[in-house]
Amino acid sequence: TGFHLSLPPRSCLNSQNFQTPFSLSNLDWFNSVAGNQQMGSSSSFWNVAYRQAMKSGVFVAKVYSFLHVTTTYLAFPAFAFGPSMIPTLHPSGNVVLAERISTRSRKLSRGDVIVLQSPEDPNKIPIKRVIGLEGDCVSFVVDPEKNDESRTVVVPKGHVWVQGDYTQNSRDSRIFGPLPYGLIRGRVLWRVWPFQDFGPIGPTTT
Amino acid sequence: MGIQNLLWQVTKKAFTGGIIGVTISDRCCSVVPVRGDSMSPTFNPQRNSYLDDYVLVEKFCLQDYKFARGDVVVFSSPTHFRDRYIKRIVGLPGEWISSSRDVIRVPEGHCWVEGDNKASSLDSRTFGPIPLGLIRGRVTSVVWPPQRNCMLALFMVCAFYIIKWVSIQLHVPQDSLWKL
Repeated sequence: TGFHLSLPPRSCLNSQNFQTPFSLSNLDWFNSVAGNQQMGSSSSFWNVAYRQAMKSGVFVAKVYSFLHVTTTYLAFPAFAFGPSMIPTLHPSGNVVLAERISTRSRKLSRGDVIVLQSPEDPNKIPIKRVIGLEGDCVSFVVDPEKNDESRTVVVPKGHVWVQGDYTQNSRDSRIFGPLPYGLIRGRVLWRVWPFQDFGPIGPTTT
Repeated sequence: MGIQNLLWQVTKKAFTGGIIGVTISDRCCSVVPVRGDSMSPTFNPQRNSYLDDYVLVEKFCLQDYKFARGDVVVFSSPTHFRDRYIKRIVGLPGEWISSSRDVIRVPEGHCWVEGDNKASSLDSRTFGPIPLGLIRGRVTSVVWPPQRNCMLALFMVCAFYIIKWVSIQLHVPQDSLWKL
């Protein structure tokens, strides 16, 4: 009837020639946990294991929740690579710190480097710079390789205009149009790695 | 001082519970009210605001953004990002939608949403296709009022009995099951 296992009383567990069918690598763990049982019921192995699993599970849940709340509402690290933000970010990789407080309260300004979710593919998370806020007129060259034709766009309400610093190789608002505010994931604040470039990511192109 | 210690313990437990609740609501599922009648008769079949439907919104779909035509989703408005709308997906990326004047192709990474009550619904016919990244969850069922959610009640009753049976098999004392 179930998994009930009857083990010999605790005093036998310390003897040297005691053989267990399981490889309990740390019998002291079992002793200490079984010794903390205050109830009169028999503390079988599975009962104790269930209790320990619950305690560890609660601890893991607490750690996971804390990490989730911190990365979703405060700040999160990001690994940035790719050529579209040269010279601000290295193409081969940087670890940057992005914060979420200013994006949730609409305190973005022109020149901020932001982490966004691409409107062309929701699984891609590019990093670009804010060029225009809602209501601004933005002029850009449509296709620099073909001719010098340019267009002027008024950024609609609730959107921002983003462009990469290296405009020759960047998929940004010149291609997918103004970006809705709800797709912005965070504002890049600081570069952590490579260490020789440790420092803030500023509002002007360096 | 006992009362200060007690207050601190209560604060710690409330803080932990709050953080775990926020994580579950962001990652797993949450319950939101439906306002307005743009989704009648699916939600809010009457106009009485005292009997707003509450729906269960699941967030697992946000891992890979794979939706099907006909899914009811919660999304942030493209123009007012703090507002959340609940509408139905009627067009997936790459499909063609015929609106009143012409035929529109839904671009990659976007979807076309419309409310069930076409007469009073602010949806993609007004603001165009929305990027999939704006979607904040998918509605799976109505949880309130109770007369509209027999499936969910049945599921919860079954889950309760399954957990009870498993704990009996593991010989967990039944009175200690709730102390965890």
